[in-house]
Amino acid sequence: MEHYLSLLLKAVFVENMALAFFLGMCTFLALSKKIQAAVGLGIAVVVVLTITVPVNNLIYQNVLKEGALAWAGYPNVDLSFLGLLTYIGVIAAIVQILEMVLDKYFPDLYNALGVFLPLITVNCAIMGASLFMVERDYNFGESLVYGFGAGTGWAFAIVVLAGIREKLKYSDVPEGLRGLGITFITVGLMSLGFMSFSGISL
Amino acid sequence: MSDVTIKKVLFEPIISNNPIALQILGICSALAVTTSLKLSIVMGIAVSLVTACSSFAIALVRSQIPSSIRIIVQMVIIASLVIVVDQILRAYAYEISKQLSVFVGLIITNCIVMGRAEAFAMQNGPVVSFFDGIGNGLGYSTMLISVAFIRELLGAGKLFGVSILPVINDGGWYQPNGLLLLPPSAFFIIGLIIWGLRTWKKNQAEAPDFKLSAHKVKEAF
Repeated sequence: MEHYLSLLLKAVFVENMALAFFLGMCTFLALSKKIQAAVGLGIAVVVVLTITVPVNNLIYQNVLKEGALAWAGYPNVDLSFLGLLTYIGVIAAIVQILEMVLDKYFPDLYNALGVFLPLITVNCAIMGASLFMVERDYNFGESLVYGFGAGTGWAFAIVVLAGIREKLKYSDVPEGLRGLGITFITVGLMSLGFMSFSGISL
Repeated sequence: MSDVTIKKVLFEPIISNNPIALQILGICSALAVTTSLKLSIVMGIAVSLVTACSSFAIALVRSQIPSSIRIIVQMVIIASLVIVVDQILRAYAYEISKQLSVFVGLIITNCIVMGRAEAFAMQNGPVVSFFDGIGNGLGYSTMLISVAFIRELLGAGKLFGVSILPVINDGGWYQPNGLLLLPPSAFFIIGLIIWGLRTWKKNQAEAPDFKLSAHKVKEAF
C-alpha cells in the first residue's frame, strides 16, 4: 500500500508531467487562459490517462513484450517495435469511445468537456505516460496508480497556471514579452517551485 | 497562402514563422532534450525527417482520405515513420537513443508533425509539402540548438561534451551554473528568446488584453 502511495505522490509532485518533463506543453500553454477551460481539460486528461495507461500496460505485458506471447505458443516473438503504433491507436480509440459513451450517458459532462476530448489524442502527456510506463516496466496496479497520478499532476499544473494568467492579464508586461513570452517565464518559475518537491519520498 | 513557393516554405519558418516561438507547436520535446547539444541535433534531424516524410506521404494521399478518419490516417503514417527512426537510432546510436528515452516516441504526438500535416499537407502538393516539412523541422532545430547551446555551455562548460570553459572542479576557473541543467531554465531561455524575437520583429507581438489607462489623479502622493 505504501508503495502505491509513494508512487502516486511521486507522479503528482516530483515527476509532474507538465513541469518536470514538459509533456503536454502545447495544450498546456494554448488552453490555460481561463480557469474554467483549464479545469475541463484537466478532468478530461485525468480520466483518459487513468484508462489508457492500464490498458496499454495490459497490451504491453501480454502481447508486445519480449516473450509475452508464450501463452499463445510463440515464446520467441518480440513485438515491442510495434509499441508506438499500438499505444497511439489505443489512445485514439479510447478517446473516441469515451466521447461516444459520455455523449450517450452523461450529456452534461460531455458538453462541459466539449472540444477538449478529441484534442487529448494528440496531447503528449497521454502518450508520454504510456511510454514511461513501458520504460519503467510497471505492473498493472502500478500503472493504474501512475496514470491517475500523472493526470492529476498535469491537471493541477494547468489549473494553477490558468489562475496566474488570469491575474497576469491586468499587468503591464513589456511589449515583446506579452502573451507567450511571459507565460513561458511564469511556467519556469512554477517549475522552479515544483523542484522543491524533488527528494520527497514516503 | 496563394503563392506557395519552395523557397518560401523552406526559409520562412526559420525566423519569421518559427513553429516554437510563434505557432506554439512542438514545445514538449523542445524543452526536455536541450541539456546537451548532441541530443538536440539528433532530435532536430529526426523531427525534420519525420515532418518532411509524413507531409510528403499525407500530401500524396490527401484526396483519398475521408475527412472523418483523417486524424487516424495521419497518426498511422506518422507513427510508422517514427518507428523507423526509433529502430534506426537503436541500431546505430544506442547511447543517444537511451538518453532520448521516451522523447523519440513522442515525436508522434509532437504538434509540429500533426500541425503541418493538418494545416499544410492536406491542401498542397507532395513536393511543396516535403519542403514545408523540412523548413518547419529546421525552424524547430534552430530553436532547439540555440537553447541547447546556452544550456550546455553555461550549465556544464562544455559543447558536444568537449570542455570549452574549464570548470572549477577540474582545476579551471568557470563555476558552472547548475540551474541551467534543470528543467526551469529551459522555460526561461525560450521565454527570453521569444522576447528578443518579438522585439526584433514587431509584428509578432501579441495584442494586450487590456490597455492601462493613463494615471489621472495628479495629487495622489
